[in-house]
Amino acid sequence: MDMDFVINVLYAMIRTGTPLLIVALGELVCERSGVLNLGQEGMMLVGAVCGFIVALTSGSLFLGVLAAILAGCLMALLFGAVALGLSATQVATGLALTILGTGLSAFVGESFVGQTLQGFKALPIPFLSDIPLLGPLLFNHDVLVYLSFGLFAGVIWFLRSTRAGLMLKAIGETPESATAVGLPVMRVRYLAVLFGGGMAGLAGGYLSLAYTPLWAEGMTAGRGWIALALVVFASWRAERVMFGAYLFGLASILHLIVQGMGVSISSNLLAMLPYVVTILVLVLLSSNKARVRLYAPASLGKPFHRTQ
Amino acid sequence: MTTAQPQPRLSLRNISKRFPGVLANDRVCLNLYPGEIHAMLGENGAGKSTLMKMIYGVMRPDGGEIYWQGQSVDIADPAQARALGIGMVFQHFALFETLSVTENIALSLPADEARDLKALGQRIREVSERYGMALEPDRLVHSLSIGARQRVEIVRCLIQDIKLLILDEPTSVLTPQEVDGLFKTLKQLAAEGCCILFISHKLNEVRALCHNATILRGGRVTGECKPAAESAQGIARMMVGEDTPISTTYEKRPGGEDFLVINNLSLDSHDPFGTRLKNINLRVRRGEIVGIAGVAGNGQDELLAALSGERLGDDAGQISVPAGRIALLPPLQRRNQGLAFVPEERLGRGAVPDMSLTENGLLTAFGAGLVKNGFVDWGKTRAFAQRIVEDFRVKCSGIGASAQSLSGGNLQKFIIGREIRQKPSLLLAAHPTWGVDIGAAVAIHNALIELRDAGTAILIVSEDIDELFEISDRICAICHGELSPLKSVRDTSIEEVGQWMAGHFDSSVTEESAHAQG
Amino acid sequence: MLRVEKRPVESRLMGYLSPVLAAVLTLVSGALLFVLLGQRPLEGLYAFFVMPVSDLYGLSELGVKAAPILLCAMGLAVCYRAKVWNIGAEGQLLFGALTGSWAALQFLETEGAWVLPLVLLAGALGGMFWGLLPALLRTHFNTNEILTTIMLNYIALNMLLYGVHGPLKDPQGYNFPESALFSESTLLPTLLEGTRVHIGVLFALLAVAVVWVLLSRTFVGFQVRVLGLDARAAHYAGFHEKRLVIFVLVLCGGLAGLAGVLEVTGPIGQLVPQVSPGYGYAAIIVAFLGRLHPVGILLASLLMALVYMGGEMVQIELGLPQALTGLFQGMLLLYLLACDFLIHYRIRLGAAVTAPASQGA
Repeated sequence: MDMDFVINVLYAMIRTGTPLLIVALGELVCERSGVLNLGQEGMMLVGAVCGFIVALTSGSLFLGVLAAILAGCLMALLFGAVALGLSATQVATGLALTILGTGLSAFVGESFVGQTLQGFKALPIPFLSDIPLLGPLLFNHDVLVYLSFGLFAGVIWFLRSTRAGLMLKAIGETPESATAVGLPVMRVRYLAVLFGGGMAGLAGGYLSLAYTPLWAEGMTAGRGWIALALVVFASWRAERVMFGAYLFGLASILHLIVQGMGVSISSNLLAMLPYVVTILVLVLLSSNKARVRLYAPASLGKPFHRTQ
Repeated sequence: MTTAQPQPRLSLRNISKRFPGVLANDRVCLNLYPGEIHAMLGENGAGKSTLMKMIYGVMRPDGGEIYWQGQSVDIADPAQARALGIGMVFQHFALFETLSVTENIALSLPADEARDLKALGQRIREVSERYGMALEPDRLVHSLSIGARQRVEIVRCLIQDIKLLILDEPTSVLTPQEVDGLFKTLKQLAAEGCCILFISHKLNEVRALCHNATILRGGRVTGECKPAAESAQGIARMMVGEDTPISTTYEKRPGGEDFLVINNLSLDSHDPFGTRLKNINLRVRRGEIVGIAGVAGNGQDELLAALSGERLGDDAGQISVPAGRIALLPPLQRRNQGLAFVPEERLGRGAVPDMSLTENGLLTAFGAGLVKNGFVDWGKTRAFAQRIVEDFRVKCSGIGASAQSLSGGNLQKFIIGREIRQKPSLLLAAHPTWGVDIGAAVAIHNALIELRDAGTAILIVSEDIDELFEISDRICAICHGELSPLKSVRDTSIEEVGQWMAGHFDSSVTEESAHAQG
Repeated sequence: MLRVEKRPVESRLMGYLSPVLAAVLTLVSGALLFVLLGQRPLEGLYAFFVMPVSDLYGLSELGVKAAPILLCAMGLAVCYRAKVWNIGAEGQLLFGALTGSWAALQFLETEGAWVLPLVLLAGALGGMFWGLLPALLRTHFNTNEILTTIMLNYIALNMLLYGVHGPLKDPQGYNFPESALFSESTLLPTLLEGTRVHIGVLFALLAVAVVWVLLSRTFVGFQVRVLGLDARAAHYAGFHEKRLVIFVLVLCGGLAGLAGVLEVTGPIGQLVPQVSPGYGYAAIIVAFLGRLHPVGILLASLLMALVYMGGEMVQIELGLPQALTGLFQGMLLLYLLACDFLIHYRIRLGAAVTAPASQGA
């Protein structure tokens, strides 16, 4: 294996890990507020299809990204209205959102299947991209990858150093106490859900506008679900999400590596790898119940009934 | 027409609050004057907590008016209450376990006061020292004792300019010595001109601390008094009405031979916030009630789980009954050995909230011939539930009523009835009358004494030290997962048990060694 | 002014009405959608919901489509009663289809009445195995079954694809990703001449009866319900949570696996990449829509089968995308969850009881 090959693999790993990173960051914030939204897959798909259609018809990738984010937010709002507003089971509502998103995106995108557009292109950062090894690896990406770096840092800063972040964590732990001391539980949870939706939409947009600039039914291929596992993997700590996302990115492109090395294994078998890795990771990180108890937001997924 | 009286700091006029199906507060009036310590007395469900929540802005009244220093106010949320100078210490602490003391307090302060967490930490230190309440601002709350958590709640109120402090059942989680400390702080505060609203059902404490008292029953004010001038009996009468028995005294019994033997039981807790049990030794005889006192979170849950089998031991000999060593047996097999268990949480553990009484009867009594070849005999199961309802006078709309539709006292009577009907040789009961009205509490105590007199060994864990002295034959305390010496109730005092609850005992002098000498 | 108020006890009536309300809301939304698509709404609804079942063949197809959904949903209902969030009926169905097909392909030349039961057993066992995996992962490693079952769905799909592209591919099949056609002895007998209604429909109805008895009459069913309603009470009573989790997942896996093998030995007759148009996911909606009650689920499965057929029908008749099916499914579940609000809350006109300002907080 020569150095170029390694750089290429790692470069592809970052690209593949980026949508996972974005959606997982969004879900992490959402879960820290105590809300489990299983609708990531659905929100991503709707984000992907809306981003693609808007970019294709308007000719502006920027508008496409905006549309993807907005579409994700709207889906999240739907989730919020039912799961928070009408206090429905979060698990079931999230599933419903994924089913709806899958159907809706297939329906809306039906006539756009097979069309392509000129997606985001790599934007080397002057000077930085000339650094040996690190330059081509980190500073020769499209703008959405850079954005994901920024979002990663932003979420860490938000949770660590802001009062709003402290409020979010408190509400996710004990919403009853939060109500008693007068924190706006519902408002914060809605905002967290919306943020998660926007991020999922953006991640979907990344897929249909940058990663593979086209629309195909179900093109997220379970990434929304993997992101949920990633949050567990990260023990609900934002700092650990990036490592996990890139690890899964690596697992997803393993078939390219294997083919690149000239080994012939059925592509169907290799396509299972990210899912198998997800299960293995869950096994490794969930076995210690005490650890989950320590790190998981205590009110995660539990219904919260406001008193009158 | 206020004459010589100064202006009340807080005045409630005809406050009403309705929940679906209940009138929680019915035209309640109350005046509070600067420097006054005022008790709000009443049974569970009398409407005390609801009233306090409205003063603190957690809920809003449906009718009536609140006057604050002569001005009509509409308290929309706790932040506004705090801005007025009202602070509240909740019975179930409103704290965040994974955050530090400083962060907890910062969350209830306006944003501009809480920006600099370092400076806030310093202020917390100052305030806690001034009122004699030791606190370390950087500690995470889950690592604090219950008493320290309450101090966090109080300091959270004091750190702002406080004019009215509300405390909801503050002493139920404290040792007698801690209660003394708290009262000192409260008296100091009152002397500085702060009003204090003190919610309690412990009449002796109220008589020792409070200037005035208002009594609530069924959401209405049924009396006002100066507690120091009344007897505890007299106040209790005002709380429960004329026709409810208040309490009785029970004869103490020595018991027969040992039934339950706990031998050097040490267990780590699975829960990272839990308590480790350390070298527990205890013997409970047939026909006696042993009481274990202690402040919550000192290992009671872990001990009960180890006894019920929800948590298995490391070695079979850690727990034994005459039929054998049981520490490794799962709950079902322990039940077959004659153990029965009344857990602390009656809804959500002792009974399934959404299931009917019939089904909740089956929950633990399935061994009593209610299941045949894997099929439930619903006819027999209904009859079983019906008998409990009748024998223990459980007030309900019928055996088809869901567990959550019953009042706490009636559900507890059903659960205890269900366990007693299975004729246990050993009954473990956690906080048997917690949150129960006085009438039901007396009925439950009578049932337990009757069971004792029939020869059952009974172990009761409770935070209510008065209750333990009333019904136990022998008593000990648990602190930091260690058990104090066990003494006959007649040979000890509330003060001594209070010392034990605070951990002041020589843990090497246990019952075991006393036995070895004998 | 509208007031929302918590009911003192939950409304049983709304429990029954809520699915009906959800279905009506879905119909209304569907009509609006047809308007947006430039169709006449009633015509669209007619094509979607009536035309598919306007003749005997249509009705028989309804049964054919409902059977696998019903089998999966019965299994899921037991899981959900235990609050075991099995999303994996789809994977269990696919894996059952795969193992069943493998068995059927061993008997291409074999005659005999014992062959078919063996094939069906192989399918059910495959599904059970696929349900056992997430059960063991949860009981031994504390993993979240939602995520593991979803992952196992993707894995099962890829294994099936591997099968039809690889070892199970028909050697004489011009390299199409399909297995050989199954022999007569491994195909399900049909019940009605001229239709595709097969004996699998009877299996599905039998499953309804069995699950009904299980949940309402047996002690195991009682334990399952207690575990779901209140896990702490189940521990207190000494029920074995682990055994129950394994039981419900294996049961569901078995039923879903049976559904899978019934598909390949019934309507399809060979192993193909598209064994299921998402029956396992649709069954989730059906389980909820049927209130986790066997009879409710039976009705809901018929509705869901109709949604599938309607999607096909509007594609043929009106040239609309078949993806409408997925859209209707999502709406149905979301509306149901929204309507369930009325089980616990009621909406009152005006402020009847007391003064205003009791809202919010």
